[in-house]
Amino acid sequence: MLRTALASAARPALQARSATTLSAGFPKVSQRLPTKYGGVYTVTLIPGDGIGNEITDSVKEIFEYVNAPIEWEQYNVSGVSSSGEELFKQAVESLRRNRVGLKGILFTPISQSGHVSWNVAMRQQLDIYASVVLCKSLPGFPTRHNNVDFAIIRENTEGEYSGLEHQSYPGVVESLKVSTRAKAERISRFAFDFALKNGRKKVTCVHKANIMKLGDGLFLNTFRKVAEEYKGAGIEHNDMIVDNTSMQLVARPSQFDVMVMPNLYGAIVSNIGAALVGGPGIVPGCNVGREYALFEPGCRHVAQDIMGTNKANPAAMILSATMMLRHLGLDNLADNIASATFDVINSGKVRTADMAGSATTSEFTGAVIKNIKL
Amino acid sequence: MFASRSIARGARVAAPTTQTFRRYASASPTAAFAGQKGSNGKYTVTLIPGDGIGPEISQSVKDIYSAAKVPIEWEEVSVTPILKGGKTVIPDVAINSVRKNTVALKGPLATPIGKGHVSLNLTLRRTFNLFANVRPCVSIKGFKTPYDDVNTVLIRENTEGEYSGIEHEVVDGVVQSIKLITWDASERVARYAFHYAQSQGRDRVTAVHKANIMKMSDGMFLSACRQVAKEFPNIKYDEDLLDRVCLQIVQNPKPYADRVMVMPNLYGDILSDMCAGLIGGLGLTPSGNIGRDASIFEAVHGSAPDIAGKGLANPTALLLSSLMMLRHMNLNDYASNIEKAALSTIAEGKTITGDLGGKSSTSEYTAAIIDKLAKA
Repeated sequence: MLRTALASAARPALQARSATTLSAGFPKVSQRLPTKYGGVYTVTLIPGDGIGNEITDSVKEIFEYVNAPIEWEQYNVSGVSSSGEELFKQAVESLRRNRVGLKGILFTPISQSGHVSWNVAMRQQLDIYASVVLCKSLPGFPTRHNNVDFAIIRENTEGEYSGLEHQSYPGVVESLKVSTRAKAERISRFAFDFALKNGRKKVTCVHKANIMKLGDGLFLNTFRKVAEEYKGAGIEHNDMIVDNTSMQLVARPSQFDVMVMPNLYGAIVSNIGAALVGGPGIVPGCNVGREYALFEPGCRHVAQDIMGTNKANPAAMILSATMMLRHLGLDNLADNIASATFDVINSGKVRTADMAGSATTSEFTGAVIKNIKL
Repeated sequence: MFASRSIARGARVAAPTTQTFRRYASASPTAAFAGQKGSNGKYTVTLIPGDGIGPEISQSVKDIYSAAKVPIEWEEVSVTPILKGGKTVIPDVAINSVRKNTVALKGPLATPIGKGHVSLNLTLRRTFNLFANVRPCVSIKGFKTPYDDVNTVLIRENTEGEYSGIEHEVVDGVVQSIKLITWDASERVARYAFHYAQSQGRDRVTAVHKANIMKMSDGMFLSACRQVAKEFPNIKYDEDLLDRVCLQIVQNPKPYADRVMVMPNLYGDILSDMCAGLIGGLGLTPSGNIGRDASIFEAVHGSAPDIAGKGLANPTALLLSSLMMLRHMNLNDYASNIEKAALSTIAEGKTITGDLGGKSSTSEYTAAIIDKLAKA
């Protein structure tokens, strides 16, 4: 049930999967197993807005083909209008029951009268504190940079996303960024554990402590303290100011391995990272808490512009779903689907528009299914 | 009675329309250069050479300017802090010089380490109300990076936002940092962005924000931008999420060549350095700080104490910043001439400095540019 680092290290299959960084994923802390009846896992599915329906359909088709022991509990929540709040609450309850979910991105209105981000609300309410985004150059798909291979670990529940704002005087608005030692410590620990379990060598803390001396200072100091505990395990650590980080990322991205950072910087860095390897359509991700795990594309875009046109790239969602399968211990199935996806991308014949191809979402899905070797 | 109540209601909803909040706004574009030529037919400009490689690269700029016969007389001052009443401050001579000339060119400053020093940059920013930081990034031919079609301009609000410096520890282990957004500051930076777009021939202003999460603070920044946009009907205005802008610039910077981006402090800090990374780093990017009382143009790279005095430093960033200054002073022809000479020298690649992959010294590079100017 509680798979320790030792147990996963003992399984050579995990280490051998070098074609993907999706192996082993993240430290497992869940005390109770996900809901499983008769050998079938129940998973909450929230397709989300924009291209969500198309890319989750793709996952559903593939899972059906391989006969994955997953039963979906689907909630078609939409953030386009606030009227979906009741359904959103049901979806959160479902996630509480099932403990595992697959999710697209929900739209958030910009106007002040609109509802708060449900994406953020879900992470905060369920305390899904760690976001993991994997940026890795794909074989067969060259971009401006090669040899990109890093993981972004982002604090998901506090910082600039606290939602605490007020107008203290007309024309003067204060927005609170809340930083706590407890959350800084657990995300730092998560990052080092992740590095340890995935055979990575270095953890970089991204911050702006030269300006936000107290807030980011707390994050940085806590990170440094945690780092001491992992010295013996051979994990190096360093830190870098966020503006320099974004400059280094676009100039020399290969210097990064595992990066850990507060909430807002994570949004920036994960988008830069996705752009380096080929866009949001191929970058998988997940959000993990102590109790719950929620899998969603690593680069959180609604993509309303291509919604309903069957042009979206489902690769990010498929790969996120394979991370979910690994989380549930269905490693063989995950490997099959992931390597089929990578094969399709590598061979270059069937590619969606974002990868300079002309295939549709369903053609890509079909190609993945054809490549699955059961 | 009735009138006062209606004003109060306007104020309660922070209605941008009430004139009371527009202290910095004026009918003329904000912070336009209004200096006069001296009796010798030249503008006087304050020069702060700075530390480390600062004096060398400043000398290079001075040499190029006299070769190009730019009507500028330099007034050189030092901003090395002095002790005054038990506090370290910038010498009055420097402050008075900048205030009088309203334009300054500044080399890199070494940050003094240790407590008690207020950052010199911060002091300058506060003293002269430098509210907008302008950071253009253009691909330099002859210096190859993975991106060869970058041409971005980013304008960053420089006085508040996440860098307000208001922080406190509520209880042990819980810190609140306040991001402060005011209508006044948002409005004047937006106004400058539109003014800049208009004067530099860019026909679009894009406000970069995160108002889906920070609805009130970034929301107010946006409404200030929208309000100003109405006064510039010939400039298109749109808004984009920070996430999308990061993604799209790094994937393909080309579409951003037609516009000016304007944003709050932190986003601007991060994005401007990211754009600098696209074209090869801070050694090639100019920067200008526009203020109400003065404008300071500077090289944003470090003072490089390791190569100071060896004649190896690359003066390009300071030179490009000085060209922004010339354009700010409406000396556009001189700026284009020098720019052409400098860029073609780099593009040829024969006499470039070590950081660009060449072997030349600062003075050889400078001489090559002067040579080009003479032939033009």
